[in-house]
Amino acid sequence: MTEAVQFTGVSRLFGNTRAVDNVSLSIPDGEFFSMLGPSGSGKTTCLRLIAGFEQPSAGSIRLHGEEAAGVPPYLRDVNTVFQDYALFPHMNVQDNVAYGLKVKGVAAAERRTRAREALQMVALGEFGERRPAQLSGGQRQRVALARALVNRPRVLLLDEPLGALDLKLREQMQSELKKLQRQLGITFVFVTHDQTEALSMSDRVAVFNHGRIEQVASPRELYLKPQTAFVAEFVGTSNVLRGELAQRLCGQPRAFSIRPEHIRFAQGEAASDEVQVSAFVHDVQFQGSATRIELRLDNGQPLTVSQANDHRQGQAPAWQPGQRITARWPRAAMTYLHDAQVLP
Amino acid sequence: MNLALEHRTGGTAPGPRRRLANLLYRRPGLYLALLLLPPLAWFGAVYLGSLANLLWQGLYTFDDFSMAVTPELTLANLVALFNAANLDIILRTLAMAVAVSIASALLAFPIAWYMARYTRGRMKAFFYIAVMLPMWASYIVKAYSWTLLLAKGGVLQWFLAHLGLEPALLWLLGLPWLGGSTLSTSHLGRFLVFVYIWLPFMILPIQAALERLPPSLLQASADLGATPRQTFVHVVLPLAVPGIAAGSIFTFSLTLGDFIVPQLVGPPGYFIGSMVYAQQGAIGNLPMAAAFTLVPIVLIAAYLAIVKRLGAFDAL
Amino acid sequence: MHSERAGMPLRLLAWGGLAFLHAPILLIVVYAFNTEDAAFSFPPRGFTLKWLGIALGRADVLEAVKLSLQVAALATLIALVLGSLASLALYRRTFFGKSAISLLLILPIALPGIVTGLALLSAFKALGIAPGLVTIVIGHATFCVVIVYNNVVGRLRRTAHSQIEASLDLGADGWQTFRYIMLPNLGSALLAGGMLAFALSFDEIIVTTFTAGHERTLPIWLLNQLSRPRDVPVTNVVALLVMLATMLPILGAWYLTRDGDSVAGSDK
Repeated sequence: MTEAVQFTGVSRLFGNTRAVDNVSLSIPDGEFFSMLGPSGSGKTTCLRLIAGFEQPSAGSIRLHGEEAAGVPPYLRDVNTVFQDYALFPHMNVQDNVAYGLKVKGVAAAERRTRAREALQMVALGEFGERRPAQLSGGQRQRVALARALVNRPRVLLLDEPLGALDLKLREQMQSELKKLQRQLGITFVFVTHDQTEALSMSDRVAVFNHGRIEQVASPRELYLKPQTAFVAEFVGTSNVLRGELAQRLCGQPRAFSIRPEHIRFAQGEAASDEVQVSAFVHDVQFQGSATRIELRLDNGQPLTVSQANDHRQGQAPAWQPGQRITARWPRAAMTYLHDAQVLP
Repeated sequence: MNLALEHRTGGTAPGPRRRLANLLYRRPGLYLALLLLPPLAWFGAVYLGSLANLLWQGLYTFDDFSMAVTPELTLANLVALFNAANLDIILRTLAMAVAVSIASALLAFPIAWYMARYTRGRMKAFFYIAVMLPMWASYIVKAYSWTLLLAKGGVLQWFLAHLGLEPALLWLLGLPWLGGSTLSTSHLGRFLVFVYIWLPFMILPIQAALERLPPSLLQASADLGATPRQTFVHVVLPLAVPGIAAGSIFTFSLTLGDFIVPQLVGPPGYFIGSMVYAQQGAIGNLPMAAAFTLVPIVLIAAYLAIVKRLGAFDAL
Repeated sequence: MHSERAGMPLRLLAWGGLAFLHAPILLIVVYAFNTEDAAFSFPPRGFTLKWLGIALGRADVLEAVKLSLQVAALATLIALVLGSLASLALYRRTFFGKSAISLLLILPIALPGIVTGLALLSAFKALGIAPGLVTIVIGHATFCVVIVYNNVVGRLRRTAHSQIEASLDLGADGWQTFRYIMLPNLGSALLAGGMLAFALSFDEIIVTTFTAGHERTLPIWLLNQLSRPRDVPVTNVVALLVMLATMLPILGAWYLTRDGDSVAGSDK
């Protein structure tokens, strides 16, 4: 099977800035693939390279095995859902959705049928006559989705499509998008800066930082086995320990990460497969389902611990700022990082 | 990819338009060049060519005796600009341009301030149109209207007579710098017409500058104990300066180059514009006229350099 | 936020300023319907439409109107084409010489009309082109381009670029995108820019005195009339018509661009 999207050594320069820096990746057909990273990390530029709005400064992009260089966006079998939706304000919803069919010369009757089907698919069958300005943000988002999908692309690009929606709507759309992708079986390339979103929807996630890919992995692997300090800290919350401290704790000169929920407080001797440190409680935050405790180790290093709350017992947590405490975690929960040895 | 599209469009080969579209996508530089070619050709050939030709002609020789122009290069025309008579013309025009700019700013400010701060919605739109319409209304008709207003026995005099203000007018006309035998042949009359015609060009940039001034700034100033006068001097005025400077570009340069108003209203004596017009027309000395156009160009360039430092270009 | 009311002196100055701006215009309206044919008498004696009929029957007036309309139409057409091309080229891309090009577009209205006028005149003379309709149009088109440019470039900058990308993405090539997406968006800006350019051309006098030769546009006809006191009533009527012909397009342009764009030609 050919890859839907394949980047080989792709770079994109804007002046002297390397927006995308020597990126190689391949996305198999039918995958829900996310590009995750902070703003300016190059994920959106990668999306625009796939769509054909940008040209690579170096490297090669193949779409379903064919070289994409010089192929204009209108000849690519790829459609995009834009961050601002980019609905045409002077057309009604029906005409917006039918636009792609119209410019490709599809007959009017078929256009209408297919546009109606697409709108029904996103539960907006009744809204064809409305103007984009008369719709809510969530509805516009669905129109943008229908407008892209009506063309039956082999790859759908989504550029932070849920960013403008409120939390409830966003969560609802996440599961709908996932369902839609499974139903249609087409490749989704989803750009987001929201790690929860990326983890909950994707088959695989690429984490971008400074124009490079830090790691490509399944959500589970990304969370449990981050390869770099950046991934460890960007995906979920993590404690990254380095240098002398790391050496003392695990006997190796390597940086590692430990998730807050893997740290326990305990009395007595540690088991042989556990690591333990002594620390002060710095701050305690009640967060509903869990309590977050900020510790300071003796050398000043912060350590975040998360403890699930057992509300049935109705007890207030016993930790007080200033209290001395012993924290420990299983060796197996530590992930060794690739890039952080050189850092102090 | 192309195969995919051909499949969708029924396998027809792309037409010439589509092929051109593809080419322009692949060669954005070519696309840009095609867009720019017509306007650049027009402006390069028609406009810059003419300007260069004009400045070159300023170096030609004009024979006073035969009234003929010969293409012998000379600096005599440029030197002649510094004749006492020509300097007089330049200073007269310059003084008027400065006076008109100052007066326009003084008159424009309260209108702009009121528009920016005390009007909104329909009222703001009303004021905006009420300033824009006179600005765009025919220049020559506005000048003509003022000849009717200022004429002996005209509207202004009628009003002054009925208000019993005629002695005041006579006194004003008697003043050495303002005066003249009647309103329509006085410096004062010409000044009024200029101020009237260019005033809207001053109001709108000031209004735009004041519009950008957040009301919270004024409240903050008052909150910190400033009196309204102090707020005005220390907060409002400094922030309005770019707008005033931008407006003054118009009032200054438009007055500097005008030759219709000086011809219609005011005492005899050339302005820069009327000198250029007379030199090329009645006298037929195109080289001298060309040399004279350098004066407003240089003055305006110098003026732009000054107001640029006041932030005028950000307020345009 | 504007809770307090303006003080009395400020209100007087603001409304007084408006009155100052409009009084001479109202005067033209009043005089156009004055029964009297004596030059500048005030107050007017009575109301008549007689002069309107006489003015519209005069061959020289009609000639001037016809020429001015021709000039303005042709100059606007050229300005629309050149101004749109320039704005499409300049609105988004940055490239070497871009600011020089935008300065070049503004130059014809930034420099005094006498400079532009004399430059064109001397160029026409040097090339042996006889002054007439063509030379007037060339002059007017040159300073009208920037008016169209300002309006169109303003609209282009306000139109989300993602719409153009969306169109390409959905399978429309450059032509289709221009036809279906950009043109509908630009339509009213083009119309507004065209109206402003038309008004500017219709009213222009300074450059025209240099490029017109013996031809008389309406403003030049008016200027010549000012030295003919006996013809005052006809002059008054024509003045009113010229005034309306320049003010109505401005109102139209304002209406078309009122939400969002400031009328981008306001820096006439």
